[in-house]
Amino acid sequence: MNVEPRPLLNVRNLRKYFPVRSDRLMGPRLLVQAVDDVNFAIAEGETLGIVGESGCGKSTTARLLMHLIAPDAGEVWLGGKRLGGPDGLTLRQLRRSMQMVFQDSYASLNPRLSVQDSIAFSPRAHGVPAPQAIDKARELLALVGLDPDQFGRRYPHELSGGQRQRINVARALALEPKLVILDEAVSALDKSIEAQVLNLLMDLKRELRLTYLFISHDLNVVQYVSDHVLVMYLGKVVELGTVDDIYHRPRHPYTQALLASRPSMDPDVKIEQSPLAGDPPNPINPPSGCRFRTRCAFAEGVCEKVEPALTGIGRGHAVACHMRIPASGHTAGR
Amino acid sequence: MKPAGTDKIMLPFGADSGRPTAVEVPVGSVVQRTYWENVWRRVTRDPFTVACALVLMAIAAAALLAPWLGLPEPTLTDSARRLLPVGSPGHILGTDELGRDMLSRIIHGGRLSLMMGIVPVLIALMIGGSAGLIAGFVGGRVNMLIMRVTDVFYAFPSILLAVAIAGALGAGIGNALLAITIVFIPPITRVTESVTTQVRSMDFVEAARASGAGTLAIIRTHVLGNVLGPIFVYATVLISVSIVISAGLSFIGLGASPPAAEWGLMLNTLRESIFLAPLNAILPGFMIFITSMCFNLISDGLRSAMDVRL
Repeated sequence: MNVEPRPLLNVRNLRKYFPVRSDRLMGPRLLVQAVDDVNFAIAEGETLGIVGESGCGKSTTARLLMHLIAPDAGEVWLGGKRLGGPDGLTLRQLRRSMQMVFQDSYASLNPRLSVQDSIAFSPRAHGVPAPQAIDKARELLALVGLDPDQFGRRYPHELSGGQRQRINVARALALEPKLVILDEAVSALDKSIEAQVLNLLMDLKRELRLTYLFISHDLNVVQYVSDHVLVMYLGKVVELGTVDDIYHRPRHPYTQALLASRPSMDPDVKIEQSPLAGDPPNPINPPSGCRFRTRCAFAEGVCEKVEPALTGIGRGHAVACHMRIPASGHTAGR
Repeated sequence: MKPAGTDKIMLPFGADSGRPTAVEVPVGSVVQRTYWENVWRRVTRDPFTVACALVLMAIAAAALLAPWLGLPEPTLTDSARRLLPVGSPGHILGTDELGRDMLSRIIHGGRLSLMMGIVPVLIALMIGGSAGLIAGFVGGRVNMLIMRVTDVFYAFPSILLAVAIAGALGAGIGNALLAITIVFIPPITRVTESVTTQVRSMDFVEAARASGAGTLAIIRTHVLGNVLGPIFVYATVLISVSIVISAGLSFIGLGASPPAAEWGLMLNTLRESIFLAPLNAILPGFMIFITSMCFNLISDGLRSAMDVRL
């Protein structure tokens, strides 16, 4: 048995409800429950993958962690220190040790700045003098596989999507963070380029002893990069476990359906029936009890009344489903 | 690409085939230019913009140097030589209804007219630009407050508003200037706000925030550079509008007052002589037209030169 590594990032009860305008004049204030009571931890040097359908709260979670959006509730602990706690971390310190790469490689670079100036911006904002910051930027360019003499003074529109995403990775590394959030960082790239950037990310992780939070809707990519996987549905964590547990022993019907929806590599194997019927329900008015019950083949009365808590069912494996909770009242729960 | 030298490329033919075994090809080096260098290159290669800039520079230079050009006094009347036609000896552009030299008055008038065109826009740019930047970047209630106040001004057509303000303050150049400035603050605020809001929501600003940089550093490095271009283009258009409005104010007696030379005022006083000396009467209007047209075309040229989002 190996020793459980110390968690680098610890997230407790993270919650964000977005107010939305009611369609009626003077109607009630409505809330989109984007992220509801999310808990997880990432051990140092590991990669946690977050998967889920569009709109399930993956990206919102990332932005909440960076405090680009202020959470309504919840605690973020990094390296054993709480953000905003007494003798804890300030937001500036948090953002120094936690950086993010965005999906849209073009929109996330300032079109008016040369790429080395873009990368040098973060160190300069933290008080590094301009010449040293530029040197640092050029070092980082070399690190992500771009020749600084050839690319340093170029502008974003003069680069390809893959090159731009390398620049974004370099920028995220400029502050020497411990944790990098990759929010669909490779999703917009061509498959061959995606593989190159993924390999670069894996190399960097090893060399710089980084920890990744890898957000993607691509199950295959997540399986390839992650140590642990977290499955989200409508702002809730439905299953959490090692990549092996999630991909080979999924226990939540949603995770099972998600995996079944993957196209097979064998063209003769066809998915006859859609494993998941319909769209996710409206997050403004999520179903009572278990949020997945409206699309779940095994839903029973208890699923409508009681919300299943995320329950441990084995080493590092937790699931929020009444079928897996003993004495929950579900017939499959025994 | 600039040829920096040559390189040999070997060809797949043997030496005995009688064909060349290698060709020399020029090898280029990529010339790196900053964004503003690119804009400058594009502007200076656009003949319309360059021509307009030259015309404007000529008008501005003549206006600035007016007292030293050896022209007759612009306010010197000569009742014996009233309304001399264009081309008269001693008065190339003729004389006006009081016998004053038209060329001298047109050139001297340019001083006031150009000042009335540029100064209000500059002041409004500083005030409206800051307000719009704050509204756009801070958002929320601050945005609401600033933008709703500008909306109030939008309820009036700009010329009517300028007339109303200048009328309430009383005639005079200073008051006309103030009136035009007030009229221009809301549209500049609105344009700045909309561009800033657009830029602020872009990922690179999010990324800058995520780097822990302060608000001022983000505005300076990431927002200003992307906002200034469109605002600058818009301000150039406003200069031409400003010249027209100030001429209009002078025309109805709310701007410059006689005997000062100002294009709008000259248009007004020469109006009654339009049938006696049509060319003389039209001249100040022609100057207003040329100047505002040039500012408009320059603005168009700048807009297309700055548009590099490929």
